[in-house]
Amino acid sequence: MSGRESSSQKSLRRYPGFRAVALMCLFLLYVPILVVAIYSFNDIRSITTWGGFSLKWYAKAFSNPQIQSATWNSLVIAVSAATIATCVATAAAMGMTRGRRFRGQGGVFAVISIPLMIPEIVTAVASLAFFLAIGFTLGLHTILIAHTVFCIPFAYLPIAARMQGIEKAFDEAAKDLYAGRWRAFRYVLLPMMTPAIISGYMLAFIISLDDFIITSLVAGPGSTTLPLAIYGLVRVGFSPEINAISTLLLLVSMIFVSASYLVSRIGRSN
Amino acid sequence: MDDNGGAFIVPVDVRIDRRGGKMSEQTSLRAPRLWNWHRIALFLPAMGLIGFFLIIPIGVIAIYSFLVPGVYGGVVWEFTTNAYRQFLFEQDLFTDEWAFNGAYLNIYGRSIGQAAVATIACLLVGFPTAYFIATRPPENRTIWLFLVTIPYWVNLLIRTLAVLFLLRDQGPINSFLMDWGVIEKPIRLAYTNFAIGFGLVYSYLPFMVLPIYASLERFDFSLMEAGYDLYAGRWTILRKVVLPVVAPGVVAGSLLVFIPSLGSFIAPDILGGGRNLMIGNLIALQFQGSRNWPFGSAAAMILLTLVLLALFFFARRQQGGLASSHG
Repeated sequence: MSGRESSSQKSLRRYPGFRAVALMCLFLLYVPILVVAIYSFNDIRSITTWGGFSLKWYAKAFSNPQIQSATWNSLVIAVSAATIATCVATAAAMGMTRGRRFRGQGGVFAVISIPLMIPEIVTAVASLAFFLAIGFTLGLHTILIAHTVFCIPFAYLPIAARMQGIEKAFDEAAKDLYAGRWRAFRYVLLPMMTPAIISGYMLAFIISLDDFIITSLVAGPGSTTLPLAIYGLVRVGFSPEINAISTLLLLVSMIFVSASYLVSRIGRSN
Repeated sequence: MDDNGGAFIVPVDVRIDRRGGKMSEQTSLRAPRLWNWHRIALFLPAMGLIGFFLIIPIGVIAIYSFLVPGVYGGVVWEFTTNAYRQFLFEQDLFTDEWAFNGAYLNIYGRSIGQAAVATIACLLVGFPTAYFIATRPPENRTIWLFLVTIPYWVNLLIRTLAVLFLLRDQGPINSFLMDWGVIEKPIRLAYTNFAIGFGLVYSYLPFMVLPIYASLERFDFSLMEAGYDLYAGRWTILRKVVLPVVAPGVVAGSLLVFIPSLGSFIAPDILGGGRNLMIGNLIALQFQGSRNWPFGSAAAMILLTLVLLALFFFARRQQGGLASSHG
């Protein structure tokens, strides 16, 4: 498709109303979260009147000890789960993409993508039943294990996609220069892979940070993460505090996704 | 799960493409057997973690679904198929006779209906959107795709709560309508099937747009001009030229919306107010509240079977689609 098409050709492709639907789609996707964000800054509790800009609900949320400990738990779990998942996924991506194709490769890929295919609620109850069956007590560690497993494909996909794009010639050139397997990895492959690995890490991090269903089943008493804390607060009733903490979480996710996207683009343009 | 701008949209797009590609490659040329221990050691940790903490657990609930429920949760190791029978029949406490009971079947039926409506709604919004994006100049496409993808990565719970915030009786919609005197009493929007459907569409709409866009991106738009030369009308061309080409994308998008909708827990839980149960809530309830693990396990196995069947038909279709596009 060239950029120089006559306007009549272009107009033939247009369908009346499609632009309106596309704009409506964006509207639909963003209005609810924007509304929540706007109300989080409203000084008064009212829905219909604007009491002026204020950060007091944020201050209130931050001073809530439940939210504080839940935030800390969420961060610890997300960092650990994303780190383990990314390491494991990077290794798997290397095993899958470096070198020739082998029989059974499709099977390995299928296993790695299983967490994406199984409905989350099934994963959640299966994990719960399994942890109790092998005698684990529920707590932060069970959340961590479940998150790590669930995060692996999210980290794997961007990393493997990038790794496939790197010519085998680089490995071979390094080996021609008598670099060992490890040195070839450390000095040739790893630097080229860094953007994709960061990108995969960030996606895994958000997936862990945001997870609610699996966490709510495998969390023990006392081991509350941020989504669980928010859910608990909503059961009591909507408060602007919830809007504030939700807005913050939205912002964190958006920043991470945008960063992940930008980093992976940098990786490709190099 | 979702991307063709490379790593980013990875989730949806890569998954589809790659899977389809892999299958055809596997069947067409036999890859050499290459069991090199270095390579096995590389993907073993990932497979081990998933195998031990996900595949075995699924096996555990598969077994649990054939056991007798314990009084305080858990299971009694005694074989029975009662958990599955319970879906259709109810055992009388006194006479032990089984009588037909459609309550659970009803929940499954409603879940399938709810997910189907959400899928159709997503298709009605998603197809024109994907088409519109695909006909933008390339530099604008990236921005549009980015905007459509971002909400997917935003916390599902929070997005659903945002919908509840908007729809509830004291929410902005009702408040403003009452302030302006359009209505006197709040309209019941939250805690209805409509709210659940809206929540599902809102949750999974990006899944519909991305695969359709991916297949439109490869569409040769000059085929449309060929259609016009043959005096076909706009909508005829859409139906007979564009749709057949993007059909795999439409099927992929529909599955990516239908499957998570079918097993959804958050939308019915929050927007249905606990009254309009769907399969996901039924399963969770058996492990949290009413404590019938075998029944919960059986419900989970049935859901899993439905999902795998859907995926299986999709994979076959994809293969067929690939074959015809090559041939």
